[in-house]
Amino acid sequence: MKTQTITALKILLIMTVLTGIIYPLCMTGLAQLIFPYRANGSLLKRDGKIIGSELIGQKSDSIKYFWSRPSAIDYNPVPSGASNFGPTSAQLKKQVVQRRKVFAEKNLVPDTTAIPKEMIFASASGLDPHISPEAALLQVERIARARNFDISQKQKLIKCINELTEYPQFFCLGEKRINVLMLNLTLDNF
Amino acid sequence: MNEAIQLILFMAVLVALAPIIGKFMAKVFMGENHFMKPVFGWLEKIIYRISGISREEEMNWKTYLYGVLLFNLFGMVFLFLIQMLQAYLPLNTEKLPNVPWHLACNTAASFTTNTNWQSYSGENTLSYLVQMIGLTVQNFLSAATGIVVAIAMIRGLTRKTTEKIGNFWVDITRCVVYVLLPLSIVLTMIFVGQGAVQTFSHYARATTLLGTEQVIPLGPAASQSAIKQLGTNGGGFFNANAAHPFESPTPLTNFLEMFALLIISAGLVFTYGYYARSKRQAWAIFITMFILFAAGLAISLWSEYSHNNVLNVSGNMEGKETRFGVANSVLFSVVTTDASCGAVNCMHDSLSPLSGLVCMFNLMLGEIIFGGVGSGLYGIIIFIFITVFIAGLMVGRTPEFLGKKVEAFEVKMAIIAVLAPSVVIKLFSAIACSIPAGLAGLNNAGPHGFSEILYAFSSAAGNNGSAFAGLNANTVFYNLMIGFGMLIGRFGVIIPVMAISGSMARKKITPVSAGTFKTDNWLFVLLLLSVILIVGGLTFFPPLALGPVVEHLLMNLGVTF
Repeated sequence: MKTQTITALKILLIMTVLTGIIYPLCMTGLAQLIFPYRANGSLLKRDGKIIGSELIGQKSDSIKYFWSRPSAIDYNPVPSGASNFGPTSAQLKKQVVQRRKVFAEKNLVPDTTAIPKEMIFASASGLDPHISPEAALLQVERIARARNFDISQKQKLIKCINELTEYPQFFCLGEKRINVLMLNLTLDNF
Repeated sequence: MNEAIQLILFMAVLVALAPIIGKFMAKVFMGENHFMKPVFGWLEKIIYRISGISREEEMNWKTYLYGVLLFNLFGMVFLFLIQMLQAYLPLNTEKLPNVPWHLACNTAASFTTNTNWQSYSGENTLSYLVQMIGLTVQNFLSAATGIVVAIAMIRGLTRKTTEKIGNFWVDITRCVVYVLLPLSIVLTMIFVGQGAVQTFSHYARATTLLGTEQVIPLGPAASQSAIKQLGTNGGGFFNANAAHPFESPTPLTNFLEMFALLIISAGLVFTYGYYARSKRQAWAIFITMFILFAAGLAISLWSEYSHNNVLNVSGNMEGKETRFGVANSVLFSVVTTDASCGAVNCMHDSLSPLSGLVCMFNLMLGEIIFGGVGSGLYGIIIFIFITVFIAGLMVGRTPEFLGKKVEAFEVKMAIIAVLAPSVVIKLFSAIACSIPAGLAGLNNAGPHGFSEILYAFSSAAGNNGSAFAGLNANTVFYNLMIGFGMLIGRFGVIIPVMAISGSMARKKITPVSAGTFKTDNWLFVLLLLSVILIVGGLTFFPPLALGPVVEHLLMNLGVTF
């Protein structure tokens, strides 16, 4: 029994060093070597300043930008999270009605049933960087008006959306989507 | 259409690869030659040399169990202590304070029992050091513990007239070195390549397009994500778990996470077949599990795509990520609750009532639909004992399994293993529902509020770790209750399992005769399914009726809470 105790402590120590120190350190070293941009959070810079991460959504509810999805944490990532409202939650119902109304009004969408679902429901992480291309197209009119775009600029914007649309990986995995921050950064360069 | 292709692809890959990895694991634990031996054989030898383990020496079931308990106890104490002291330890880049005692207790119990229930948010509670040498380590070790207990049980079933069921320390070492570590390394690198973070730098501070500040948490997340999936642990580096873009940035990582969390559990079924020298035995178990999995998935998909009369929408996106969509979210929720993983890529609290019910029912059956690594296999073998016992009663013969007599002792132990988690679920939920400390944490009202409590204790007892996360469980009451629930759900099963293993190992094998009850045909699959569903159904129909079933009916009437 005494030898078992000593063995238990020894193995715990060895495994802690192996899986808790050597493994994450080696993985970090390799990751930093092969995928430095990815491993460090896919951070985007503009004029030398970090403007955000390609993978982390941010709040963009200005009239001049494409909107991200609703977020239960208001895009403050410490910590990430969701509303956790259940399917019969009165609060959720209220929010959904409100979001439908605001989106339809601000984007001049006459038919509220045409609004993509991700724009009226909050994401799981609260940091969803994507919306569907349909949701982006519905916002073009509002942005064009706010930025005084002419017809050709508007068409360029629609072309932009098509170019930035990400398709399912390997033709079948996941959904068609577009990265809102990348889209908004292109918008600023118009 | 796209949805259907993804679902079928997932199942096809699982069915194709499970037998292969199962055979590989059998070779690892039998000490035979395999392709990883030239790569990591030296590491195995070094570990034996430093720790003074003798490879040849085997243990009886009591010594083996003593090793399991001692090893887990030390691991738990260590994890508790480093959380209590994290402010004084290095690699605390965000200057986080020490963790409160009740939360530290809960987290220590949670990660050593392979539950990985999280009452905390990783981003603002735990330092990089604790995440590494505390959580990542237990991700490996609790998974390895589950696997080796299953291996010990397989040995007990397939050996005859012996006391010896293997050497715990050798099994643990081989499991980590040859199975968990290599797979984790491969998976980590794919995750990082897709965008998961793996760094030790400070949280990044960004100035957003609108000019506000956004603090972006970083850390060695990919390496922990890999093992949390492979070991059916499920504890996220970040609060949002596998929904967080830094843990699962693309649909590919999502697919691999789902695959990783099932493959070892599914493979172990074939490891068992290899030991028992009968592929048919393995397929009978695999098919039983697969039917339960597919049925759950079908119900859940139907429910999630059905119209919600309250929100006036079908297939709602609350608590789901755009890149995954509804189908992948539902699939993940079913897979993760089947497998006792508990990682989530969507928020189960916001699933439709019957999808939530499927998740809960998966937990309540005791995590046997593939189940946790190891625990799924020994869990379903417990049900096999009950099935052959009932079948034996029906025809008036002594029940047999793999040529060995199943007697009163084994059946008693099997019943303890089934009852222990059930008691936690029902009794603890009842307590939480009847005192203010239990009701204080609710995020939703009405039947959904009850579901939040029921889910929490089902998750604890099944060592799953997923949650209806609206429940604020970071209170003294919930941390301690759930902590105890997890320990009972884990060791209340492991102890009887080891006892069965020891008792079966001692028995003789009687040759197959015309009167032998076969455990490898469709009739047996059907019987096993019935026993699982009847035991599960009878035990849990009343609480499920009060929670998700009532909610579903009221939702159809448009009632809100």
